Amino acid sequence: MKSRLRFTLQLSFTLLVCLFMIVPVAMSVVAGLTENYFLGLESGLTLRWVNEVWQLYADTILLSIQLALACLLITVVIGVPAAYGLLRSRRRWANAIEELLLLPVAVPGLATALALLLAYGSYREFRSSWLFILVGHVLFTLPFMVRAVLAVMQTAKLPQLEEAAASLGANFRQRFFGVVIPNSMSGILAGALMVVTLSIGEFNITWMLHTPLTKTLPVGLADSYASMRLEVGSAYTLIFLVMVVPLLVAIQWAGKLTRRH
Amino acid sequence: MTAASRQPSGAASYLRQRPGGSGHALRLYLPALLTLLPALVIFCAFWLLPFSRLIVMGAEADRSSGISAYLTILTHRQYLISLANTIGISLIVSFTAVAIAGIAGFFLARHHFFGKSVLVAILTFPLAFPGVVVGFLVIMLGGRQGALAQTSLWLFGERWMFAYSLAGLFIGYLYFSIPRVITTVMAACDNLDRSLEEAARSLGANTWQVTKDVIVPGIAPALLSTGAICFATSMGAFGTAFTLGTRLSILPLNIYGEFTNYANFAMAAALSVVLGVITWLALSLASRLAGGNLGASA
Repeated sequence: MKSRLRFTLQLSFTLLVCLFMIVPVAMSVVAGLTENYFLGLESGLTLRWVNEVWQLYADTILLSIQLALACLLITVVIGVPAAYGLLRSRRRWANAIEELLLLPVAVPGLATALALLLAYGSYREFRSSWLFILVGHVLFTLPFMVRAVLAVMQTAKLPQLEEAAASLGANFRQRFFGVVIPNSMSGILAGALMVVTLSIGEFNITWMLHTPLTKTLPVGLADSYASMRLEVGSAYTLIFLVMVVPLLVAIQWAGKLTRRH
Repeated sequence: MTAASRQPSGAASYLRQRPGGSGHALRLYLPALLTLLPALVIFCAFWLLPFSRLIVMGAEADRSSGISAYLTILTHRQYLISLANTIGISLIVSFTAVAIAGIAGFFLARHHFFGKSVLVAILTFPLAFPGVVVGFLVIMLGGRQGALAQTSLWLFGERWMFAYSLAGLFIGYLYFSIPRVITTVMAACDNLDRSLEEAARSLGANTWQVTKDVIVPGIAPALLSTGAICFATSMGAFGTAFTLGTRLSILPLNIYGEFTNYANFAMAAALSVVLGVITWLALSLASRLAGGNLGASA
């Protein structure tokens, strides 16, 4: 009887926390689809605001996707080898290097962005291109790729597999692409999902680095919150959620995959 | 998010297998080192060098006071107050988030019921919301057209708002902190040795005693670690405060203001370095306690 009461109390508390998390999201979704939020739902549902967001901000959405994919490409190309390098380095060195690579995550994005601006802001061509933002995103997401891949590499029996391949005469390149990469696939996948999600949502670095011509989705969001009517901001948030929630579901799924590994 | 399970033995035993010196080992070792090079070059060129410059720049003369910006922070009230504000709110948010999400996370880890995975999803997905979105969600709750305003208008005939005050900032920080704590607490509870609880219970301890003496100490490192991550995230949170347009003196807003409004680069640099050192210390404490869990900034 007493434990039943305790269960109910704890469940109610947890449900309250859930409400706190989901109510504003639900309200925002509804507002983005309502004809006039000030009048309420009676004014009718519409896709007008979503459409308007697309007219106004399509370029920010496309730039965010472009950035996320470029960022993914770079973090895979430099991050997967780096994870392997860490696996093969002496432990003290590996730890130190991992700590170093983690710094752009440990330090607030504002500080990283400021450092980049003060160091490279005077190169006008570079400063005004989307590549400037890409640099910030790569610094911020690289540790997530490295760590996801390294975690899988540590559990896979890479040393034995590589040894076997080497004894059969495989050179380094053959071993890396034929043994290491295929056995780290689940880590690369988990890292890739993480990198894309983080890049699409990154604001603190991007806000400092963006120019009027290089606005990303979160930058556009901040812009619309400040200057557009509530329905437009909500519809824009809705688009963001539609992009990010599938990625989050995939991350959870990939997490289960690597844990089973 | 993905709690990387570290297996320290992996890399170490790997090294022990190949005694140094033999030509075979060397052939394997060099290319492995080269694989680290591209990442390190990019890191040094675009982070280490710029950030070192930032540290040096912070020692230059501040625009208004004329003395080194680091010294200005230490000697001028406005910066000390801003520092205290930021640390204060971050501490309070971290404690509250650990308390609230600790209870909910423990409950979810220990009970299985229909619809649980939906609750877990609701509680963890906001982890990926950028700070700006969290700020907007606070406006949805406590702004002019927010849930509270509408309810109070209906009940009492007046609009209650909190979004643009200290309370709004607090709610926003709490919003992005709760998912971080929930994931960590659930993982920690799964790893807890349940036989200890059963032993305590069989010795006559009641539920409160078991919670206080067995469970909380058991997950204490995880609680401390996730609390430190919340603290670091809150310290550096810019998007939320920016969206809410808070007038409060908070370090990230000050950095942004000094840089864009006053072009006071030395002060912006010095404040960034101070903030960076604080969050880095908090996060290293967290990882020392928990052994590896990335904190993404909001």
